[in-house]
Amino acid sequence: MSSLDVERAAGATTDTAPTAPAPATGTDLVGPTPGTARPADAPDRVSRTGAALRVLRDKVLPVVAALAGLVAIWYAVTYLLLDADRRFLLPPPHDVVGNTVTNANVMDPMLDALGQSVAVALVGLVVAVAIGMGWAVLMSQWGFVEKVLYPYAVILQTVPILALTPLIGIWMGYGFNARIVVCVIIAVFPMISNTLFGLQSASQEAHDLFTLNKASRAQRLLKLQFPAAVPAIFTGLRNAAGLSVIGTIVGDFFFQQGSPGIGSLLRVYTLRLNMDPLFMAIILTALFGVAVFSVFAALDRAVVGRWYGTRRR
Amino acid sequence: MTTAPPTQHATTPRATAPDAPGAPPRAAGTDVPTLSLRGVSKRFPTGTTALTGVDLDVTPGEFVSVVGPSGCGKSTLLRLASGLDGVTGGEIDVAATTTSYVFQDATLLEWRSALKNVELAGELRGVPRSERRAAAQAALDLVGLTGFEKQHPRQLSGGMRMRVSIARALVAEPDLALFDEPFGALDEITRLRMQTELQRLFELKRFAGLFITHSVSEAVYLSTRVVVMSGRPGRIVDEVEVPWAYPRPPELRYDPEFASLTGRVSAALGEHS
Repeated sequence: MSSLDVERAAGATTDTAPTAPAPATGTDLVGPTPGTARPADAPDRVSRTGAALRVLRDKVLPVVAALAGLVAIWYAVTYLLLDADRRFLLPPPHDVVGNTVTNANVMDPMLDALGQSVAVALVGLVVAVAIGMGWAVLMSQWGFVEKVLYPYAVILQTVPILALTPLIGIWMGYGFNARIVVCVIIAVFPMISNTLFGLQSASQEAHDLFTLNKASRAQRLLKLQFPAAVPAIFTGLRNAAGLSVIGTIVGDFFFQQGSPGIGSLLRVYTLRLNMDPLFMAIILTALFGVAVFSVFAALDRAVVGRWYGTRRR
Repeated sequence: MTTAPPTQHATTPRATAPDAPGAPPRAAGTDVPTLSLRGVSKRFPTGTTALTGVDLDVTPGEFVSVVGPSGCGKSTLLRLASGLDGVTGGEIDVAATTTSYVFQDATLLEWRSALKNVELAGELRGVPRSERRAAAQAALDLVGLTGFEKQHPRQLSGGMRMRVSIARALVAEPDLALFDEPFGALDEITRLRMQTELQRLFELKRFAGLFITHSVSEAVYLSTRVVVMSGRPGRIVDEVEVPWAYPRPPELRYDPEFASLTGRVSAALGEHS
């Protein structure tokens, strides 16, 4: 009932004077003459090579510079900080790459494991998205359900997953399914919270508009709450995708049965002090995480821009 | 500046409440009010009394503005009239098949184009697609937004967003149109322009209009009758008939008669706020 309060006119108090237009303030003076509107999407008339160069400078160069910096620090630590007899703790990049990429005995199992982990992460993400959105929709429709379900979402988020993981292993075995469960538990919370936030983001006036037009609950959900939630859902998706990778590695790490994931190999290499493959596995894991996050971040930008009919953001 | 107002009646003497107390709620005859409030009061659960003893009729072809100090319950009045809220005393009769509501904020759905926003009401009420699309297009043409159908709200200026909002209200051919200070957030120039537009639309459509505003000149320029409310708890303290026929030229605002009417309304406001 807050917005139906009587004092809704904030900012509209300037014109009780009966005559004389006040001096123009805003830039919003343009009436609806079609020619004067901002064009929806003015095509950029700059030459293609110029645009390509700019992309190179703005997008590619920073990434390359960051990677180069990382490699430089790596070399510095290996050769300047570590004595020769302790150099095995951080073998130089060229050893890591040289001793693994060309060695099929090392590389093939590692890529298989990575494929396994990708499968777990993707299935886990799909399940987390479905559960998270369903959960949020239920909470958005009935206040009572929200009060009942919200604590569980918080518990999922706050109980340390490492405390639950062994239990899940005992209950579900140590294979594919248990890994997916761990992945879902870690990834589902941002889906729930962002979707719920989005579903509740429509203004009171918009809800009034639907009420005045005698909208059904389903119409309200599908034509108001859900569309209003789209940007928040994509933010949740981006976060859940990153977390699903982490969940997968955690699951791999604990559950060693069945075909190993990349996390299982991380553990094996660590126990054996197999440093070159260990670093290669870490690099692959990191690339996997970055790739997943980037894909969903790009998806987020593309969809949300289109959603509002604007490309910026 | 030569356009004289079509009629130059002296203003009617200070009007009393439209009906004597105890009169039947609906007068039999042709002029059945589209909206009729009898002794309406509203108390919020918090204990605040927003309105008390409000009697108000709006008949077809009448455009009534309500002015009053901040917090006097003007917006509450509109929410009661629309049925969004219930009264706590008195009664409200609405003899309209279609009521539309224009909010203070344009309240457009950001993910829909202008055209799809105007189509919304028809969509919710199950009007067939081709029919509602044609009606929406006609409404956008009417408010001067031809060529902007595909634009999204974020691509439109504040004035244009409000035009879309008005088109959305008019597309259903309402018998009763409620306006909750729709131009309050617009800059002065856009605001004057929108007023001119709205009275033109009123002349065209002749719905029964109830318009909430802070602006005395806006109220006088737009309306057939201006109702003045007191500070909280809000009640009606004065009514001023506005004589001019529609369409009203923008220059009407500089007419001495116009100034005298706004002066009367302002004086009534000053006495009771």
